[in-house]
Amino acid sequence: MVQRAHGPRLTAHGLRDKGQAVLLQGNEAMVEGALAAGCRFFAGYPITPATEISEMMSRRLPALGGTFIQMEDEIASLGAVIGASLAGAKAMTATSGPGFSLMQENLGFACMAEVPCVIVNVMRGGPSTGLPTHVSQGDVQQARWGTHGDHPIIVLAVATTRDCFEVTVQAFNLSEKYRTPVIILSDEVVAHTREKIVLPPPATFEVVDRLRPNMPPEWYIPYEDTPRGVPPMAVFGDGYRYHVTGLVHDVHGFPTERPDEIVPFLNRLHRKISQHFGDIQLVQDYLAADAEVLVIAYGSVARSAKRAVNYARDRGVKAGLSKLITLWPFPRRLLEPHLRRVRAVLVPELNFGQISREVKRINQGQTRVEKLNRLDGNLITPEEILERLVKL
Amino acid sequence: MAEVTKLIHKYLRHEKKFPHVWCPGCGNGIVLGALIRAIDRTGFTKDEIVLVSGIGCSGRMPVYVDFNTLHTTHGRALTFATGVKLANPRLQVIVIMGDGDATAIGGNHFIHAARRNLNLTAIIINNNTYGMTGGQYSPTTPYGALSTTSLYGHIEHPFSIAELAVTAGAAWVGRGTVYHATLLDQLIEQAIKKRGFAVVEAISHCHTLYGRTNKLGGPAEMMRRQKELAVRVEKARTMSPEELEGKITIGVLVDRELPIFTQEYQKVREAARGAVGSKR
Repeated sequence: MVQRAHGPRLTAHGLRDKGQAVLLQGNEAMVEGALAAGCRFFAGYPITPATEISEMMSRRLPALGGTFIQMEDEIASLGAVIGASLAGAKAMTATSGPGFSLMQENLGFACMAEVPCVIVNVMRGGPSTGLPTHVSQGDVQQARWGTHGDHPIIVLAVATTRDCFEVTVQAFNLSEKYRTPVIILSDEVVAHTREKIVLPPPATFEVVDRLRPNMPPEWYIPYEDTPRGVPPMAVFGDGYRYHVTGLVHDVHGFPTERPDEIVPFLNRLHRKISQHFGDIQLVQDYLAADAEVLVIAYGSVARSAKRAVNYARDRGVKAGLSKLITLWPFPRRLLEPHLRRVRAVLVPELNFGQISREVKRINQGQTRVEKLNRLDGNLITPEEILERLVKL
Repeated sequence: MAEVTKLIHKYLRHEKKFPHVWCPGCGNGIVLGALIRAIDRTGFTKDEIVLVSGIGCSGRMPVYVDFNTLHTTHGRALTFATGVKLANPRLQVIVIMGDGDATAIGGNHFIHAARRNLNLTAIIINNNTYGMTGGQYSPTTPYGALSTTSLYGHIEHPFSIAELAVTAGAAWVGRGTVYHATLLDQLIEQAIKKRGFAVVEAISHCHTLYGRTNKLGGPAEMMRRQKELAVRVEKARTMSPEELEGKITIGVLVDRELPIFTQEYQKVREAARGAVGSKR
């Protein structure tokens, strides 16, 4: 359950959180979500447009007995986050494109060593320094494949301030449940949009903590191939002395080069995610059940898409929206029923088509998939989507 | 000898992880022995110790010892150690690195860890080369030396790791060699006991690559050279820079009391709680 702080938990503005409405920007709501999920360690490096997360964490964590540290770069930030998680803390970092690129090395380590942690990437225009203060969705495929080697990953997207709270809680829950890094893709518009949010009281949402071993240390097999695929995780100092490495390892955590140990390990690493798709994949449908034309969108663009769907319905066009919360593993099973039924699909994105390519991949020619892309640093407007919807 | 073996075996994962990967005659084993003897003398339990390493020959050390062990990414050991220590300050975190690991790819982390002054122990094995990848030049390869990437003589000038740590603000810095094994035991013990960021530079040798390429002989010859070049820090203070040219200063270079990060952060927590309380 949620660890209670000393005294009543306060919001950024000093209000008690008995379900009151507060005005927060996405970045701030993410901090609220993280703290509510039990996050007590944050390491980061200043970067636009994610900096408010660091700033608010530096204000909030110390009073909760947690720790904030500003590291020398984003490589160090994720290294510290992984170390803190191994020592038992729920830990998070937040960054934007350039910093996310630097994190790819240690992200792979967290996948390999199965260390729970949450990484927020508030997407801005790229490549390189790009458009630091403008919105983009250019890091969707990087979030999937950025670190080297074949690896499973969970990536969630946020579209509203409310999402920023709820999806962050969900990200911590999934990372603890499946012992994996979870990436939250936010974007500059979501991060800086200030809107009303009712912070739910702690008892009203689920908070998951990692499974820890309860057997005697001599029986503990840290990377055991369990049916769930997720072995219990000992915390440094708990008396279960074991080895953590980025090398391919046997069930005891020791490096191995034996094919009969490599294959079961890598299979389990992927299986622990793939056999839980039903729990991990989240899509919010809006008027999608009877839709003849469907918009598949995520992040800030999903907000424009929702309004466009309303406009289209006003004009008699049976439009619907599937808003993706889980981007990776790509929620194929949740989208396929729609693809079999609708006349056409529109995928609006702030990139050249990183998710539309996935939609086309799972579509297998069942319906028509069209793209709507914008790369000028501005959000796609409801009118732009509507214009395409009525012609589909 | 039997007693020594018993002590070493108390800490080794001897049934699981041997034989080790190091070449016969490598100094890493001496550093590992010194580390075990030092830890034993400090009285910390195996459960309290976290041994963190980066990548390279030194990076393989944690796998052999029965502590909480963490083999991280290249150069990043100190960043992981920072997270471990902050999440649980009761753990005694010791970081083992190589010269390339700590001062090339991890150079930025190294100077900032020294400046930040967490209560960590950093042991850097300096063998002047990248051993695991086959003997390329490192930030401590001397000017003019040969390596597999400086076949015509090295044109860069080396870091002095211990002096770098002093300048970067470490609370305690010592340097030893694998020849002076007793001193190395003492230095590592003092470093672990020191409250603050403590650095031990352990001068070692890579006879397999660096020694062979530069015709410095085998492990015995290279260790004899450590003995000949070594100057105690007390004596070094009486010598001129010219006299110290090419020498290895051994002993405790600096020992100072500096505010420790975790203690300072406790003040931040109290201040933050006060600020929250005043808003009620």
